[in-house]
Amino acid sequence: MPANLFPAPVEIFRFLPEIILALGGTLIMVLEALTGDRQPKNALGHVSLAALFAALVAAVAVHGSPGPAFSSMLLVDGFATFFRVVVIAVGILTVFSSYRYLSREGANTGEYYALVLFSVAGQGVMVTANELIMIFIGLEISSIATYVMAGLLRDDARANESALKYFLLGSFATAFLLYGIAFLYGATGTTNLTAIRETVLRADGPSPLLLGLAAALMLVGFGFKISSAPFQMWAPDVYQGAPTPVTAFMSAGPKAAAFAIFLRVFVTIFEPIGDRWEPIIWVFALASMTIGNFAALTQSNVKRMLAYSSIAHAGYVLVALCARSDIGTAAAMFYLAAYALMNVGAFAVVAYICGKGEKYVGIDDLAGLGSRRPAVAAALTIFLCSLIGVPLTGGFFGKFYIFKAALESKLIWLTVLGLLNSAVAAYYYLRMLVVMYMREPGEATENLEPLPAGLRTALFTSAAGVLLLGIFPSRILEFAVQSAKLFGR
Amino acid sequence: MQGVPLSWYLILSAILFALGVAGFLFRRSIITVFMSIELMLNAVNLSFVAFSYQFKQVDGHLFTFFVMVVAAAEAAVGLAIILTVFRNRATLNIDEINSLKY
Repeated sequence: MPANLFPAPVEIFRFLPEIILALGGTLIMVLEALTGDRQPKNALGHVSLAALFAALVAAVAVHGSPGPAFSSMLLVDGFATFFRVVVIAVGILTVFSSYRYLSREGANTGEYYALVLFSVAGQGVMVTANELIMIFIGLEISSIATYVMAGLLRDDARANESALKYFLLGSFATAFLLYGIAFLYGATGTTNLTAIRETVLRADGPSPLLLGLAAALMLVGFGFKISSAPFQMWAPDVYQGAPTPVTAFMSAGPKAAAFAIFLRVFVTIFEPIGDRWEPIIWVFALASMTIGNFAALTQSNVKRMLAYSSIAHAGYVLVALCARSDIGTAAAMFYLAAYALMNVGAFAVVAYICGKGEKYVGIDDLAGLGSRRPAVAAALTIFLCSLIGVPLTGGFFGKFYIFKAALESKLIWLTVLGLLNSAVAAYYYLRMLVVMYMREPGEATENLEPLPAGLRTALFTSAAGVLLLGIFPSRILEFAVQSAKLFGR
Repeated sequence: MQGVPLSWYLILSAILFALGVAGFLFRRSIITVFMSIELMLNAVNLSFVAFSYQFKQVDGHLFTFFVMVVAAAEAAVGLAIILTVFRNRATLNIDEINSLKY
């Protein structure tokens, strides 16, 4: 088959965003070696931004020629494009909010920007994967780069601890996922998702035992990666200890990509045994929402509180998965996009306030932000309102579509309990708003530096995105609904 | 298939995987915990090879190569992280690495 030996140009084109990111990352590493230690490394950050923007353009352009690539290893469809754009956008916002933080900590090095690019490239592979091998490779490219990013501040004991926990729990989860993949291969005799789907649907399909075992093991692996209860225990420690821009990144990008493959695998190939896993996801969703929200109530550290809140948000997305419908998938996609923007934005504010060595990360340190830096406070207000689910923000429509999908699938109790949970969540987000606007400025807000340009861009872009999703949700949602239908079915 | 039946391989692989999980959960040295993860990955490799042999395909074999490469990359990063932890704290006991609040 010499004709198949070399991929057609269109197939390479379909992989273009990841190629750009990987080449960009490599280029930065070479430039890093050439520039020497004394040089300021912001220029390397600009290179990574250029690569990310080029990848963004490529991802949108590639949408024009959907289809499989490389012997159906990858599949570019609307679903893939949607998540590609989300993870690349998260990468861009992360780089913008990293400049000042890194130079303050004396860690403004080229490898950080290279790692962001590699991690985003891995996530791009994940969301386009149509093959179990690609899922695994993409997940690991993304995870390994993120482990290093979490431990970037080598001399900071908390960051080390965070990286260690992230690494150990992440690898543990990967092993479970891999064991599930092995059983899926054993049950069906193939690793291609399309072929697996065909095998599963045949009357003389695979043994339900092996298939169920594969689903259970993969569920454990994905559960860890999306930090859903009962596999959430690593998230608060890791999010608290990691450098704040890295926390912003890993709470949004890798999580969205993990959800993307979670949805793709469970909604396509495990759909025939959906009645078996639906009750489990039901419990996971409720447990994530409840544990996340109630634990967040008592936190005094903003990063830790946002970590618990991100566990709760994973629970909301699981509600959408539980609905097992196209509209549920679309709602999950919309929610993940909104969640990525509002979470990165909220962490960017923390990155601005925290000061050298992350001294000011308590909720009380926000005191007086409203009078000292009204623009930053306004942006944070938008993010918090969106996290609560106030109308006119992306978070509101995300929640609305998720619970609508859940109701249409007759998940009455889950909807009721989920809405009650949202009410609990409002308390701890509103507490931040109260501290920010009603209290006199404290030590942290008195001595704030002027808002650096990079952070300003990150904050206002994500705030604008959150509002855009909240005021004109229909176009994005329509795209999500169409993509959810394509979905290999 | 003559000789050893597939189920034996799968049982052995399950035992190795369970040993890895137990080691991960109950051992206190970070290095041993890390080795337990490697044991889990190799247990999975055994399953892949067994299934692959059963199907008379190479897909499973290929998968094990990818797993080995990734495990090597993970080991490089993981040992570096463990080294920085040791330099900052002079301990490798996982119970003493608890400075982040619970």
